[in-house]
Amino acid sequence: MSDAQEIAKLKAELEGFKKRLAETEKKVPPRPERFTTLSDMEVPLLSTPLDLESEGFDYLRDLGFPGEYPFTRGVQRNMYRGKLWTMRQFAGFSSAAETNKRFKLLLANGQMGLSTAFDMPTLMGYDADSPRSKGEVGKCGVAVSSLEDMEELFAGIDLGNITTSMTINGPAIVILMMYYAVAEKNGVPREKVRGTLQNDILKEYIAQKEWLFPVKPAVELVIDTIEYGAKNYPNWNTVSISGYHIREAGATAVQELAFTLADGLAYVERCLARGMDIDSFAPRLSFFLDVHNDFFEEVAKFRAARRVWARLMKERYKAKDPKSWMLRTHAQTAGVSLTAQQPYNNIVRVAVQALAAVMGGTNSLHTNSMDETLALPTDEAVMIALRTQQVIAEESGVANVVDPFGGSYFMESLTNRVERETLDYIRRIDEMGGMIAAVERGFPQAEIANSAYHFQRQLEAKEKVMVGVNKFVEAEEKRKMETLYIDRSIEKRQIEKIAALKKRRNADAVRKALDAVREDAKAGKNMCPTIFAAVKEYATLQEICDTLRGVYGVYSEAGSF
Amino acid sequence: MTNKPTANEKIRVLVAKPGLDGHDRGAKVIARALRDAGFEVVYTGLHQTPEMVVRAAIDEDVHVVGLSILSGAHNALVPEIVDGLKKEGLDDALILVGGIIPDEDFEPLKKAGAHLIFTPGASLQEIVDAIKTNAPKRA
Repeated sequence: MSDAQEIAKLKAELEGFKKRLAETEKKVPPRPERFTTLSDMEVPLLSTPLDLESEGFDYLRDLGFPGEYPFTRGVQRNMYRGKLWTMRQFAGFSSAAETNKRFKLLLANGQMGLSTAFDMPTLMGYDADSPRSKGEVGKCGVAVSSLEDMEELFAGIDLGNITTSMTINGPAIVILMMYYAVAEKNGVPREKVRGTLQNDILKEYIAQKEWLFPVKPAVELVIDTIEYGAKNYPNWNTVSISGYHIREAGATAVQELAFTLADGLAYVERCLARGMDIDSFAPRLSFFLDVHNDFFEEVAKFRAARRVWARLMKERYKAKDPKSWMLRTHAQTAGVSLTAQQPYNNIVRVAVQALAAVMGGTNSLHTNSMDETLALPTDEAVMIALRTQQVIAEESGVANVVDPFGGSYFMESLTNRVERETLDYIRRIDEMGGMIAAVERGFPQAEIANSAYHFQRQLEAKEKVMVGVNKFVEAEEKRKMETLYIDRSIEKRQIEKIAALKKRRNADAVRKALDAVREDAKAGKNMCPTIFAAVKEYATLQEICDTLRGVYGVYSEAGSF
Repeated sequence: MTNKPTANEKIRVLVAKPGLDGHDRGAKVIARALRDAGFEVVYTGLHQTPEMVVRAAIDEDVHVVGLSILSGAHNALVPEIVDGLKKEGLDDALILVGGIIPDEDFEPLKKAGAHLIFTPGASLQEIVDAIKTNAPKRA
């Protein structure tokens, strides 16, 4: 039989099936009226070769082989058979010394890389002794006000032999120079300094909302680190283009992917505008995606992400190095899916999400702890989260095979749909003049707020279910769970520490270093060298950020909702 | 808190994000839900100092002040805002706090002047009803 004949036969058979199905559904009607993904995409009862036929699916063009263009099946040829994903738990609370202890606990228990959470003042470029920092010091992450804190944070850890991720954006350039300074002081060669700086300022305006400067100068600081890193720290990922916060703020899976990739395109455009060659920096761009509850939707998102990025890099920007085409990504399970009600259920949610990330071919993974909707996680909760990854890796067998969903009619069809809708958004953003212009006019912000409200309404109407929240609610909630409590004494200790540092350091050298920062900022030079020099003189984070605020101004957002 | 608003007086609500916390998903969803429920809603936007929140509440002469804090800074921020409101003469406003609030902080926050505290999982309807029941009536 020819292909055309086979398709005609299948079509006829499918019509017959649909009639039989209608009979069955008279007796066993569908449970809800609509079957949808978490992001509200309609899900069919089943997919067949006809779906792929109508979309023009071509194996070699659309999937190919793992480690090869367009990377739909993963960025490594043998994926987890060669090297498991990096298990990287995000940690940071209280003082640098406390967080250093947590780092060592995680490393001693099989974690493969570090990931640092900073507190709100640090994220906003304020020192612990600023009036704006009151009540916030060490609460949501570790407080780092100067190189002294950074030295304590990584004390006793060999930075030449580990990869470190740092989640910071507005003042990322300052924190990165502090990290480079610690490595330099410890004699680690530059090419052995490995890790990732989040440094994705566009998604701050879109979703996470920890910003310092107006959009344009802030983006140029990101480009400064990419440019400086490409020349000096060849194995450091200078930016982690992040969908995580976009999703957590309420975006759908498609919005998460589209806005993330559009952010990436904006950075690429700015690098090219400086005359950089695409292949000199694109291999060091990395990504960070959310992994939420809807299993298939998430797997499809990861697969589509790699294919869309590869095609954009190769076709739009004519990148030649295959490494420039690869979307390498970290993933984190969805914090927003965790519930304060029946919190032990969160262990199960995290396991399902982690499995989706692995099926989607993530390169690195953080699993949330069951207590994270209540507080920062305890040691015990963090260990269960890490063990969840280890069970998936070592016991479930899923790491034995590459992209097991490849070729599934449903999965390929869903991957195509995520790709199509992502490209639609990217086209709209291109038409607005790119993501910088779109952010300035509030486009992604409004789209996300609409999705968040839509989802909340669906929850209230029980069209979407959260176990323990709007279904299977327990009358007598046993909410008690041991949680980590950060007391406010850390704030006082940090303030005293900064005062002592300011007495001890060479005030004249600090002043000169800050003057140099101001001059270079005014002149529009790459800011890495003068900031590097300033942190080494123990100029504080806020002193450097205030100097830059003086030149660039500050950002504020209209209170629309 | 015993006086109920009259039927023809629209309840004015300030939704505020004090502190450095950037998590505004909840604040925005709630602001929209309160508007849809017929209240007049003002949203401060992010990164407000306690003084800025108090100023906005006075300027808008609101009946309700909703504070959204997910960063753990509530124990420092809530008392300052409540004291500021009292000092400025807005002493009958209904004070709501929403966010990640550990159980052990409920008592101190209530002592400091928070009337109602909502944590993750609270429904929009619950919050709307609480405002309808408890918002002060002004002559």
